[in-house]
Order: sequence, then C-alpha cells, then structure tokens
Amino acid sequence: MSQPVKISVKVNGKRYEREVEPRLLLVQFIREQLQLTGTHIGCDTTYCGACTILMNGLPVKSCTVLAVQADGGEILTVEGLEKDGKLHPLQEAFSEHHGLQCGYCTPGMLMSAFYLLQKIEEPTHEDIRKGIQGNLCRCTGYKNIYTSITDASKKMREGA
Amino acid sequence: MYPSAFNYHRPGSVDSAIRLLSDIGEGARVLAGGQTLIVLLKLRFDEPTDLVDIARIPALDRIDDQSDTISIGALATHRRIAESALASAVPIVGDCANGIADNQVRSRGTIGGSLASGDPSCDWPSLLHTLDAEIDVQGPDGSRTLDINGFVEDLYQTVLKPGEIITGVRFPRPAAGSGGAYCAFKRCAPAYPTVSAGVQLTLAQDGRIGSARVALGSAGLTPIRALDAEQELTGKQPDAAALERAAAAAVAASDPVDDQRGSAAFKRRLVASLTKRAVQIALRRAGGETVKNSHEYY
Repeated sequence: MSQPVKISVKVNGKRYEREVEPRLLLVQFIREQLQLTGTHIGCDTTYCGACTILMNGLPVKSCTVLAVQADGGEILTVEGLEKDGKLHPLQEAFSEHHGLQCGYCTPGMLMSAFYLLQKIEEPTHEDIRKGIQGNLCRCTGYKNIYTSITDASKKMREGA
Repeated sequence: MYPSAFNYHRPGSVDSAIRLLSDIGEGARVLAGGQTLIVLLKLRFDEPTDLVDIARIPALDRIDDQSDTISIGALATHRRIAESALASAVPIVGDCANGIADNQVRSRGTIGGSLASGDPSCDWPSLLHTLDAEIDVQGPDGSRTLDINGFVEDLYQTVLKPGEIITGVRFPRPAAGSGGAYCAFKRCAPAYPTVSAGVQLTLAQDGRIGSARVALGSAGLTPIRALDAEQELTGKQPDAAALERAAAAAVAASDPVDDQRGSAAFKRRLVASLTKRAVQIALRRAGGETVKNSHEYY
C-alpha cells in the first residue's frame, strides 16, 4: 500500500485540492476526479498526444505525468479554451473546416495548436507540422487540421 | 494500465534525496521528468516501492554556458536546452535538444533522465560521446565524476551505484573551427530513433579534418563510440573516399539487432548513411555555415 498525497492544482482557473494515490496519472485525475472528460486517453506509451494539456504553460502528455507531479501547478485543458460560452477560434475553425472525423485526437490537437499559436502568430505549414508532431490523427490525413489551424491563426490576428 | 502502487517522496535537496534512496534501498527509483520512467511503470516493466521525485531541487536545474566548460544541470529539460543560447552556440546540442521525441516530451524530459535510463536509443548518451562529456554524480559516499565512455555499460544498465544521483553534465566548449551534427532515422517524431549518428570534428587550416568523434545510438546494446571511424577521418582530406571508409568503419563498430524498428541489415545501412550525413553537416558547420535542423522530425 502507498500513502496518499495531498495536492493542490489550478485547472482552467479553478483551484482543486485532493488526496491522490501517488500512482494516479494526471490524465486520470483530470478525467475521473475532476470529471473533465474532454482530455482523452489514446495510448499507454506517450505516442499519440490525445491527452495533451498545458501544464504551467507548456504542452505535456498528461498520461505521462503523475498527478502528484502537478502539485502547485496550473493546468489548461480543452474545456478551458472556451470563453463565456464562445468557442475559441481554433475550435470554430476545426468545426468549420472539418478538422476532425472521429474526434478522438481533437482535444490534444487543439491544445498543441493553442500552444503553437501562442508562440507563433502566423505559422507556416512547416511550423504547424512541427507544432503537432506529437499528436497522431488516424483519420483526417492532417490536411484539414492544417487548414483549421491556419484559418484560426488568421482570425486571431484579425482579432475575430 | 495503472502503475503498481508506490510511495512518493519529494526531497528538497540532493542530500536528502540520497538519504532517502539509501534508506529505502533497492525498491526506490529516482523520478525527474518521468518521460522514460512513467512509461515503464505503466507497462509494469518496473514496479518500484518508492519514487524519489528530485524535480524540485533547484540546484539541479541550471545551464551554465558562460565559461570554457559548459555545464548543464541534470534537471535541464530538452525544451529548455533547445531554447537556450547553448543550442545555437553548439549546434550538435541544439540538434539533440530539438529533435528528441516531440514537443510534449521535450517539455518534461531531462538530460539527466536520458542518461540515467541507460537506454541505447536515448539521444543524449550517444551524443555526449562526441563532446567528451563528463557526468557529475553524488551518492552516499560523496561526489564523483564519470567519463561518458563506458557510463552505459549494458542494456538499460549504467555504472551508477545504488543511491547515486546524476547532478549534471560537463563538456569543453568546442573550439573555433569545429562543427558537429546529430542525425537519426525516426518513423515519426514521438518514436525512438531506429538508428542515430553523432559527429563532432575540427577542420585544420589546410582543409584536413583535425580531430573527429563519432558515436552511434540505437545501434547496439549501449551507445557506441566508433573509434575506427574516427581514425578514418582524423588527418584526412574530407573527400568521398574518406567518408565511405568512415561509414564502413562505423558499420563495423555497430552491433544492431532485429526488432520492430527494422532488421539488423537495414540498421547497418542506416549507420552508413547517417554517419556520412552527420560528417557532411559537421563539415559545413565547421566551415562556418549555418545548417539548421539536422535532427528534427514531423
């Protein structure tokens, strides 16, 4: 048996304090304890990126972080992209340009794209490829994802 | 899968981490960024009783590139190194830091963890052979400095003793007129390399290669220093024939196995082509040319 550990984490601006088992993965903490099921689990091997979130401002695969490691940290999940009932321009663009088919990889794609657009306002096709290098999509062939991210960056620059 | 249950400790200093590791004994593992360890725990390839999380020990999180000896703390993440001035000052370091896994893994994975894993597929251990690096470790019997050569002594096995922690890595700043490159073949960004080759060399005034270091990753049970390939380059004009001889010597030094990433025969051909590519880019960089992204995948 292992000793539970008390952690305090800010998720999408809200502070949560919980006791967790040390082996609890951050993605499980987010999905099962906080009931924020937008973040998906796609693999067990740190490949697919479906579980991507921002932790202290950086993209991480939340299936490869222990909840205890996030103690004291700030987390942004896909649920945190929407503001005042209005979808983020990236979410709008994915919807408009059919940037998803089954949608399983989409939360991770959105979070990686969100980080990319924070770093690079007007990304090239190559920047986008590098920006989502850690996110696998097995149905769109990526083309519509590039289109969505490009269009979102344009709308964000125009202040839409 | 859930990892098996373990206790969690978060010491605030290297000394208390070492005390914990010694007190707990062989069931304890050091946790830094977790990008290798947590995957192993989830697959239950390892079932430790205790994790000692060193990630918040401030003394281990540093990059000092101001003097002739470059010093990187064990907790420096691949991302932090990639975004540091060091990445452009020593291009082979930039190659490695930018090309390891993907954006997300680079946010968390550390240079110390890459070394401690003893995995021949990890990029830092093979790359650091080309820079004559030394590894600083601290343990119950005090501090010592280890040579990168022989640090990984067998598959997933380093020469670290029980209770010892890697505190940092040091290597001499490459002299003016030197250049290096690290190249790998990867199936996709998150994958480990199928094979990788690192080359660091100096160019003499007459256009000959002054000195050369050649190291291979994922080409055997440990990172491999290809000494005969270095001999084929040292003092030679860097013409096509010299590159072919160096590539052949690198192949002879490699000892790849058949696995899901490819057959041994395929990997030997990769050793040859990646060695040549790394030498060519290293030569261009030594000549003052800026060559970006020799190790970047998407």
